[in-house]
Amino acid sequence: MKKKKSAADKIFVVCNTIFMVFFVVITLYPVLNTLAISLNDGIDTIRGGVHLWPRKFTLKNYHTVFQKQNLLTGAYISVLRTIVGTFLSLALNAILAFIISRKKFLFKSQLSLFWVITMYVNGGLIPTFIVYNGLGLTNSFWVYVIPGMISAFNMLVLRTYMQGIPDSLEESAQLDGAGYTVIFLKIISPLCKPVYATIALFVAVYQWNSWFDSMLYNRMSTKLTTLQYELMKLLSSVMQQSGSAEAAKNAAAAVTPASVRAAATIVTMLPIICLYPFLQRYFVTGLTIGGVKE
Amino acid sequence: MARIGVKEKEKKITWKEVKHQKVLLIWSAAIVVYGFIFYYLPLGGWITAFQNYKPKDGLLHSKFVGLDKFKFLFSDSTFLKVVRNTVAMGVINLVVTFVMAIVFAILLNEVKNTFGKKTVQTISYLPHFLSWIIVTGILHDVLSGTGIINEMLVKLSIVDQPINFFAHTTYFWPIVAFANVWKETGWNAIIYLSAITAIDPSLYEAASMDGAGRWAKIKHITLPGIRPTIMILLLMNVGNVLNAGFEIQYLLGNGLVKSVSETIDIYVLKWGISQNDFSLGTAAGIFKSLVSIILIVIANQLAKRAGEERLF
Repeated sequence: MKKKKSAADKIFVVCNTIFMVFFVVITLYPVLNTLAISLNDGIDTIRGGVHLWPRKFTLKNYHTVFQKQNLLTGAYISVLRTIVGTFLSLALNAILAFIISRKKFLFKSQLSLFWVITMYVNGGLIPTFIVYNGLGLTNSFWVYVIPGMISAFNMLVLRTYMQGIPDSLEESAQLDGAGYTVIFLKIISPLCKPVYATIALFVAVYQWNSWFDSMLYNRMSTKLTTLQYELMKLLSSVMQQSGSAEAAKNAAAAVTPASVRAAATIVTMLPIICLYPFLQRYFVTGLTIGGVKE
Repeated sequence: MARIGVKEKEKKITWKEVKHQKVLLIWSAAIVVYGFIFYYLPLGGWITAFQNYKPKDGLLHSKFVGLDKFKFLFSDSTFLKVVRNTVAMGVINLVVTFVMAIVFAILLNEVKNTFGKKTVQTISYLPHFLSWIIVTGILHDVLSGTGIINEMLVKLSIVDQPINFFAHTTYFWPIVAFANVWKETGWNAIIYLSAITAIDPSLYEAASMDGAGRWAKIKHITLPGIRPTIMILLLMNVGNVLNAGFEIQYLLGNGLVKSVSETIDIYVLKWGISQNDFSLGTAAGIFKSLVSIILIVIANQLAKRAGEERLF
């Protein structure tokens, strides 16, 4: 097909390649730069010029991070909410999707509508706060995992996938005397593994990255704040400190707030970076399944 | 409660069917109760916007003040400013992220080297999975006095002194727009790339036969091919314009850039939680919801008139 390339074509290919390289550099440079800063001596970093490689290598910044009790507690809470939240959310969304995708279910359309509405209307920050407060969910771990377990979008993705499974499987199981519980657990769920993985990953990333609920509901309980929120506090303290006497004091200890923050940033994104290469294909699958029906 | 009403209306319900679907009915009832508490009950809280809500009096005993809170909102110059900021950043972000995603998808599709294409794509949507906290942290490193941007600007003699990007109102909106592009371009492009894949390859072959060049093919085949996808996503995002303004503005904002960084959501947070004026916060939230719904309906109508795809 491509026997002879015109000059314009060649120019295009070259330009396009340059654009792609540029794009990759823009995407990766900031992340690698933060990594280099996190591994560089804090005072040395102030001189500037640290790019992709640490100039004065040190692990002191990480050492400081792992000694901060609030970051360790935050990491524990973040891991816990990611595991519990993902499990609960996936289970409930899958059950709901299973019910809605049963052709014979009596309230199929009503139940769908009930949840689709939630995609477009919500009470907003303050009324939600009042309700959660009234339910005793503030200053509690459960505020991370109980509200918002069902996402109408994720549920619709699961439903679309389940609708693609032939009815004959369900019918023959019913002839063998299987109830809906058995059909869900033994027939539908095993076939849904890829889409379950996708949804679980969406929820897990959401849970891991959440900080606002921590700030809003659990600010007062230091034992319940998440890693992202603790990182945010670190970030805002760096912004306020820079140039102040506090900064000079920190500098004497050979770590600067900025370098410690860089280390904490890397620690926080590490789980995602490590899992990313293995999991990224599921993200794409999920988005395309959702896109078909949406 | 709602379920009983529905049950009575349904005609085809037989005792046998109900018994058969017992498990499904129990689970769906439980899930509806849950949904009512966590998704619908807060809607009832909208009443607070018409009250002078005091937490100790609760919803039932707080004094009704009619539209006073809304009147205050529209006479408050800060509120008008945050509305302007929200709309401006929402529109800028929508336009730049949209255009960038489409351009990126089309150009990536033109890369013929499969390995290169895959690698670039995998890297491109990595930032989507990083939290805004991390992104703002990274931005601080890149844009700091010793960061790469200032270093280049000084070396190229564009400026004499490093710019303090976070202290000037001029830079705030562009930084937010850039951060959005950086974070979401690759992710948003996925859907366009899959739409491009769905275009019939024979169209391209036929065009090649007719001597169409690369640009002609992009212009006359690729772009029209992904047009429905573009329209649907545009529609979905128009309704979200006012929702796109919280995390990064909250995290990057500071006293010096307050006049351009604060959005409706930050206003709600400030009045509602920090100042404890729940009613005013709710009123501002309602205003935002109503505008969003109106925007969706208008966009939908326009699309209908233009004979395009629409949401409903």
